[in-house]
Amino acid sequence: MRAVDAIMRCLEAEGVDVIFGYPGGANLPTYDAIYDSPIRHVFVRHEAGGGHAAEGYAKASGQVGVCFATSGPGATNILTPLTDAMMDSVPVVFFTGQVRTDLLGTDGFQEADTYGITMPVVKHSFMIQRPDEIPRVIHEAFHIARTGRPGPVLIDMPTDLTRVEIDYEPVTDVNLPGYQPTVEGNQKQIRLAAKALANANRPVIYAGGGVVNANAAAELTHLATTGRFPVTCTLMGLGAFPAPHEQWLGMLGMHGTRAANYAMDEADLILCAGARFDDRITGKLSEFAPRAKFIHIDVDPAEIGKNVPAHIPIVGDAKNVLARLASEYESIDADVERLAAWWQRIDGWRTQHPLRYEDSADDEIKPQFMVQALYEATAGKAIVATDVGQHQMWTAQYFHFDAPRKWINSGGLGTMGFGLPAAIGAQIARPQELVCVVSGDASIQMNVQELATMREHDLPVKVFVMNNGYLGMVRQWQELFWDRRYSSVDMGNWPDFVKLADAYGIAGHRLEDKTTLVDDMRRIIAADGPALVDVRVTREENTYPMIAPGAAARDMVG
Amino acid sequence: MGEPGTKEMLSLEELQATASGRTGRKHILSILVENKPGVLTRVAGLFARRGFNIDTLVVGPTDDPRLSRITMTLDGAVHSIDQVTKQLHKLINVLKIRDLEPEDTIARELAMFKVTTDAASRAEVMQLAEIFKGRIVDVSKRSLTVEVVGTSEKVAAFEKLVRPFGLVEMVQTGEIAISRGRVAT
Repeated sequence: MRAVDAIMRCLEAEGVDVIFGYPGGANLPTYDAIYDSPIRHVFVRHEAGGGHAAEGYAKASGQVGVCFATSGPGATNILTPLTDAMMDSVPVVFFTGQVRTDLLGTDGFQEADTYGITMPVVKHSFMIQRPDEIPRVIHEAFHIARTGRPGPVLIDMPTDLTRVEIDYEPVTDVNLPGYQPTVEGNQKQIRLAAKALANANRPVIYAGGGVVNANAAAELTHLATTGRFPVTCTLMGLGAFPAPHEQWLGMLGMHGTRAANYAMDEADLILCAGARFDDRITGKLSEFAPRAKFIHIDVDPAEIGKNVPAHIPIVGDAKNVLARLASEYESIDADVERLAAWWQRIDGWRTQHPLRYEDSADDEIKPQFMVQALYEATAGKAIVATDVGQHQMWTAQYFHFDAPRKWINSGGLGTMGFGLPAAIGAQIARPQELVCVVSGDASIQMNVQELATMREHDLPVKVFVMNNGYLGMVRQWQELFWDRRYSSVDMGNWPDFVKLADAYGIAGHRLEDKTTLVDDMRRIIAADGPALVDVRVTREENTYPMIAPGAAARDMVG
Repeated sequence: MGEPGTKEMLSLEELQATASGRTGRKHILSILVENKPGVLTRVAGLFARRGFNIDTLVVGPTDDPRLSRITMTLDGAVHSIDQVTKQLHKLINVLKIRDLEPEDTIARELAMFKVTTDAASRAEVMQLAEIFKGRIVDVSKRSLTVEVVGTSEKVAAFEKLVRPFGLVEMVQTGEIAISRGRVAT
């Protein structure tokens, strides 16, 4: 069998139903195999779009995403999605073409040291040395990508090694002696954690993307409701606990709610599940949660104790650990009344400091209002992908995600240009569901070419551009911290998004009136096919509340 | 630890954070890795990326041709060794890491010293070499080259003694180490 046909067979065996990619000289053999393969190939318009689409697919489905790119510039173009997937623990396998082995190291045409360049930003990578190892490498790559703490894996394939016949035999087992993730949490530690929770008077559950990755939202919710514990999530964890729930404090961190951040500040015990105490969460580390002891659950032992010391470390899969922790806790028969004073304090913050903004007196659309309108127009029943910036924070605040894998965004790396291609991946993963993009007029332009991909596959994604004519978050920081010296943040009036939609052959709309916004959105969503919607919002609006960079949570402003 | 279901009290005050801080002493990590292309780059890259500083590094074969051993020394006053080993463990090609206990470890390094000598000083340097169980590996009219094997302290002591004679140059390996007793490192 041709090596490239074996590649496709391996992908089928891994359950792959779609590949996002871009052909070029060095991966021509693979594209010849795609021609006959039953696996769907989505031809993106830029390799970065392909990588993010594979991420969106993975985030929405929980399955491993697949992205193909050629050598040299094709490979360097996937560096951003690779790094993004690494930061947010997204399982994606990237296949890159490489120049012929006799050209390796000679600066051949479209040669780049892909294996070397990508090493710092992959969970693991492989450089094919012999054609007959290709099947085993592919299965190892998928195994590594999806298990433990998920992440991106890259396979670099010199073109000559894919142009030969190999004896293909299905690989059924993967043997990686150096890779044995701990899934089962230690029973003694879990019991100790349950006891600590039962003896805490001001506990908080702080959950992150690891809970989503582990498909542990139900287990988290069960534990929280069993103990009546207050819950907050990181940006990556939104949806792991239903936002409409009365025990929900809102998101924590830089643009989180006061209730969530103040609760962390005063907590006596914090249970962290699948989160990593990132600087956007902790603010000033030395003043972070000064009264708290920490239970830290993570499948990646290196995260435990990295930024914040753990008093009860539990290495394991969140699903496994949270389920067992809940049953241990149930067996203790703890007195739920002990939390009454704590809930009273929290309710005080919630009443006093709800998320708020000053609405316009006329028909001008405030950006927060736009997100609320979308929440209303969709009844919350949408998968929402965003880019990065103010619009992302407002969406996180005002779109109340009630289930995991509905919130598709770039958290750790903060990649502008993520949203549109990620939504394409999400829509392909879940074709029956409504997929919306909330982007900004700056972010959308960073991968806008993928509108063509959307058009070609007639994906009914609704793209809402929150258009304030600014690179909004940077402008906000210049306003707050750089004396209003607005340097390179005015986006001007270009492009005309309605005309741009027309150029790509998709429906374009411009919405400027607050009073009809919800109905306009409903009408656009109800129509078939993709849409690009230019929503004109207040030009200078700041995202609040905010913990200034390096400040402590209790010093939130706005 | 109580049995499940007991209402045994636990004071949160008594909970101690797990030690992940700095030990303040030198650590020797013995790391068994797969003998594959790029493995050393991965290890070195990880250290550069995370800001870990390696004091010495030795890479060599083992009794199993599929495996190599990396022996490195790090300053536990500067780095959390716990974090270093956890990050190393995340590399798929890293099979085993031992943070060797100083008292249960035999560590050696090799150094060669090229010392300026003349007829008058030659005997004195040779005598020092003898005390350190060193070997004269080269001699010329105006120099002697001495090979010394031992702990890094011994090598440093020898250096201090011969430096006044005029040290043309010295070359030195990092430390290799093996655990005491029957159990494999």
